[in-house]
Amino acid sequence: MDKLLSYDKVEISYGGKTVVRDVSFSLEPGEILGIVGESGSGKSSVIRAAAGILGTAGKVSKGDISFQGSSLLDLPEKELRKIRGAQIGMIFQNAAASLCPVRTIGDQICECMSAHRKMTKGETRERAGELFRRLGLPDTERILDSYPFELSGGMNQRVGIAAAMLLDPALILADEPTSALDVTSQRKVLEEMCTLREVYGTAIILVTHNMGVLSALADTVLVLRQGRIEEYGGAEQVLNHPRAEYTKELLAAVPRLKRVQRRM
Amino acid sequence: MRKSDRRDMGKVGRQGKRRKAGYWSSGRSSRNIWRYIIRRLLLLIPVLFGITFLSFAVIQLAGSDAVLQKADAAGLTLSQEVIEAQRAELGLDRPFLIQYLSWLGDFLRGDLGVSYVTGNDVFSTFVSRLPATLLLTGMAVLLTVAVSVPLGILAAVRQNRFTDYLIRVSSFIGNSLPNFLVAIILMYLFSIRFPVFPVVSDGAGLKSAVLPAVTLAIAMSSKYVRQVRAAVLDELGQEYVLGEKARGIRFSATLWKSVMRACLVTILTLLALSVGSLLGGTAVVETIFMWDGVGKLAADAIQMRDYPLIQAYVVWMAVIYVGINLVTDILYHILDPRIRLGGEEV
Repeated sequence: MDKLLSYDKVEISYGGKTVVRDVSFSLEPGEILGIVGESGSGKSSVIRAAAGILGTAGKVSKGDISFQGSSLLDLPEKELRKIRGAQIGMIFQNAAASLCPVRTIGDQICECMSAHRKMTKGETRERAGELFRRLGLPDTERILDSYPFELSGGMNQRVGIAAAMLLDPALILADEPTSALDVTSQRKVLEEMCTLREVYGTAIILVTHNMGVLSALADTVLVLRQGRIEEYGGAEQVLNHPRAEYTKELLAAVPRLKRVQRRM
Repeated sequence: MRKSDRRDMGKVGRQGKRRKAGYWSSGRSSRNIWRYIIRRLLLLIPVLFGITFLSFAVIQLAGSDAVLQKADAAGLTLSQEVIEAQRAELGLDRPFLIQYLSWLGDFLRGDLGVSYVTGNDVFSTFVSRLPATLLLTGMAVLLTVAVSVPLGILAAVRQNRFTDYLIRVSSFIGNSLPNFLVAIILMYLFSIRFPVFPVVSDGAGLKSAVLPAVTLAIAMSSKYVRQVRAAVLDELGQEYVLGEKARGIRFSATLWKSVMRACLVTILTLLALSVGSLLGGTAVVETIFMWDGVGKLAADAIQMRDYPLIQAYVVWMAVIYVGINLVTDILYHILDPRIRLGGEEV
């Protein structure tokens, strides 16, 4: 099997209520898949299922998710733990909330590292610092000694991205990773993700609202609507020659603001 | 402290940009802490004036006085002249305000006076009772923490399963039993049926402290288990628990390092309240077990209208509460950096 990740007719439900139906797609190493759809279409649930963080009420009720040839639904918790964080990195929409509020960032990053590799605190901090700098956060020592609430949203977001990239995972799941960032930081983060793909062959699933980001990065695009696949195919084809009405609507819904020239 | 309050404080912290600049530089922050402590201790002065005056006034309203109560207790009927003479001797014939000011004058010179009833020095009487109360408080609090924290966590982790129901039902029962009933049941079981512990305390020994401490701990643990469970459940629902799972961290590590750390503030709040009331003595339990702590002392003093002793007790309570609140506030700040010391200007 040369597929990195594949979803086979996956159905996800929360407490018996089905929110995602019959979703199938697959991802090769180094591929970037963009998932788009309106709010509540099940985008986050789809990637959270792969990270195994649907929560206590949520579960994959039908179908199968396999990663590197083995089913993520059958593996025991201990094996899954080895994959999470090390092989599959997750970037949360709200990175600040994904970090414990009463522990410093350095503490949490070191904990994540020591859960997977034998590495000293000093080495881990150095590694994290290097990632921070590449993501446009120069003040690395201070960030490592800060609590999440002491940093701005954009800084936290990049810390979250660095934490996901820490162990060079084969797959990164990114849930709107740049929606909290300003344009310059967005660019840095996206460039870094591209580098990651080129250097390490990291595959990325990118959930986004930003059509510009999608057309710049994605190899394949999956359009979700009310938990079902509306369209799935190569980025060029889906974005430029959409077949489904819904995709057309979605593309047309990109707000275009025009500056009205005022006569002086 | 409710969750939402803490969240709000988090926001305040995030907005307070100035805080970031060198806030953790040790010199400045430790100076702030000292200034804060001194300010809080100065606050003790008006508090002491206020409550000693109030307690003095309230006892006056209660009618009767030490002379009558003492005679009553001895079964004597005194003539009006003797009563007047004894009142004059104790200074009880003076106007209320003068009595208070005279007490206050002595207090400021460090003299708590002598008991109207026994004639003994109030300060030494009081201090002689303190070790018993401290021992009982210490044991009761340790027992409570040792029982309620693990059970509360267990109930939260096993939410809506058998273990959880069992713990919740037990805590409900423990909560519903009044102290004196628990005390009597314990006495029957462990002093009479299986004579392990003495029925009535023989001085402030460890062995005599067990039953009263267990009695207190049963009531407190029952309350705490629920609070700890609620606090842990609240934290387990936070996004960071999923975040740590996605980072491949085992659940036990998340539970002990992150969730418990975040819950400590709630547990500390509970403890601070209990330690305060326990140090003030627990009249009911102390009376049942004939435990010579300050609670029993205070109850007797009130019965006999023994003003100087009551006033000493009131001063003690004020010092305890101000002290415990201060320590708690500082610990809050250490445990949860989002909580800022009140009125701290940074």
